[in-house]
Amino acid sequence: MRLLKWLLSLSLPLLLLGGYVAQAQSPTYGVGRTPTAEEIRAWDIAISPTGDELPEGGGTADQGSELYLEKGCAGCHGTTGTGGIAPRLVKRDVGPNADPWDYGRVLPIRSPYATTVWDFINRAMPLGAEGTLTPDEVYALTAYLFYINELIEDDVVLNRENLPGMKMPNADNWVQVPDWFPGQPRLQGYPH
Amino acid sequence: MSQKTTDRRTFLKRGAAIAGGLTAAAAKPTSAQLADPEGFIRGSEELVAYGKRSRFETGHRIPHGGRASPDTFGLDFHIATPLQESVGVITPSSLHYVGTTRGAFVPDIDPEKHRLMIHGMVDNPLVFTLEELKRLPSVTRQHFIECAGNRSNRRHTNVQQTHGMTSNAEWTGVLLSTLLEEAGVHADADWVVAEGVEEVKGASSIPMTKAMDDVMICYGMNGEAVRPQQGYPLRLLAPGFEGIFNVKWLRRIKVVDQYYMTYNDYGHLARSPVNAALGYQIGPKSVITFPSGSQQLPGAGFYEISGLAWSGGGRVSRVEISTDGGASWTTANIRGEAQPMAHTRFSYEWTWDGSPCELQSRCIDEIGQVQPSRAEALAFFSTDGEPVRFVPGQDNSIQPWRVDSDGSVHNAIT
Repeated sequence: MRLLKWLLSLSLPLLLLGGYVAQAQSPTYGVGRTPTAEEIRAWDIAISPTGDELPEGGGTADQGSELYLEKGCAGCHGTTGTGGIAPRLVKRDVGPNADPWDYGRVLPIRSPYATTVWDFINRAMPLGAEGTLTPDEVYALTAYLFYINELIEDDVVLNRENLPGMKMPNADNWVQVPDWFPGQPRLQGYPH
Repeated sequence: MSQKTTDRRTFLKRGAAIAGGLTAAAAKPTSAQLADPEGFIRGSEELVAYGKRSRFETGHRIPHGGRASPDTFGLDFHIATPLQESVGVITPSSLHYVGTTRGAFVPDIDPEKHRLMIHGMVDNPLVFTLEELKRLPSVTRQHFIECAGNRSNRRHTNVQQTHGMTSNAEWTGVLLSTLLEEAGVHADADWVVAEGVEEVKGASSIPMTKAMDDVMICYGMNGEAVRPQQGYPLRLLAPGFEGIFNVKWLRRIKVVDQYYMTYNDYGHLARSPVNAALGYQIGPKSVITFPSGSQQLPGAGFYEISGLAWSGGGRVSRVEISTDGGASWTTANIRGEAQPMAHTRFSYEWTWDGSPCELQSRCIDEIGQVQPSRAEALAFFSTDGEPVRFVPGQDNSIQPWRVDSDGSVHNAIT
């Protein structure tokens, strides 16, 4: 349904051109122009937890392990996902029945959504060559990070179908920020 | 030797030891010497075109948080404002604090080529040039920005270290609500994702209630274009929200119906409702900037205590001062008119008797939130028998400054 709504919003410019102006709320100032569908697609890199925007493609941890060296990830994050100058990528060893929060501030294990991991690798990695990874490479590197954190096997092909549905250890172990309204205290009942 | 000469010598001797510099107004007048100007400043085309401050003014920003800025690659990291030198409420653009999400290269953007796109759950997706945005109805407002990591600890020696990751500027731009109404937001959209164009494409989820209330898309700062370190040519301002929400180098607003959990949002991930709530909107906060840590009072006598107060909850309605370590409180003067989510200058007329004392300030905002003492904040987060030594999330607790009998001022956090 969300995907449908989103696709609908993309097609609106075409509708406008076709003269179906009555369906859209009319602008007050008429300043600015309508982006093309291609312009939106090129910039629309934010991936929702439901994964609507994920591209086609796929990759395995096995492929990701090679890319991790090839793309220079290991140089900053360490060959085993730890020990480098960049943030740690592999969970701390805190025993088999650990609370997921005890694994440390490690994105691919702490994040409640697999999509956040994909999104950040895609938009912000690797250092100095951000935005150059192909979708296949991002899927493979994401799979590799999940593999070293013992979330999936090394032959699982991650893709737009199965990535959003991945159950992360903290999926139900975090709280949303409260609804915000103007003039509202930060926390109802906070003594200060 | 006259008394005045002695005072001046004592002052000069002490002054030499002051790292942060002493506000000139606080020193006893050096009236033993009625000096002429040092010379004159020769006019130059450069000074005619764009002026600069006196060579005697040396207040400057410093790297903050233990990481070099710029680093060896030329990445900016956190940079703190010299609040100890501040007067009034506006932070000069050249001294505004800088925060970056990962350590970022400041993008070099040609404003003619820059675009802002609004899309997602809207009737009319739109792309604007800077020129087009400047045609739309504008607002000019003062707002502070503060990094969530702006926290004092006992190792800090001056107010630049304890509180320098906040600044206040006059911002000019278009309300995001104007742009969203122009685009026609769908009824079931309840978040926007705002994204920058820098190499890491920093993005934050902002609730629609905030987006439609007072979020600004700014091209102006303190009467000129937004500075590159602040997001030139276009930045988002979410008044009163933690620094990271104020997306710089803004190029995209995506209207959505769910919390996107971007990497920036993930930085706010909390497992307790209390931490989630307190790590969002900046709490009521204040700090005395004179006298403050590392400054030196030349002797007993009259001083105007001066400082800044602010709150993410709205206007500052009252500031209270204690000169006895929090035992008793008196209302300070608000100088000028308090603006919503803006630094507000307060002052208090004080005659120091020369004995050791501890100065504190606390902020009360228009919705009744009161700045807690450090002890109160720590007690709130302590569970039975397990005291905490660190306020989680933002730390808006009261800053104590100790004045010793020799007039030296010190951070009194223990």
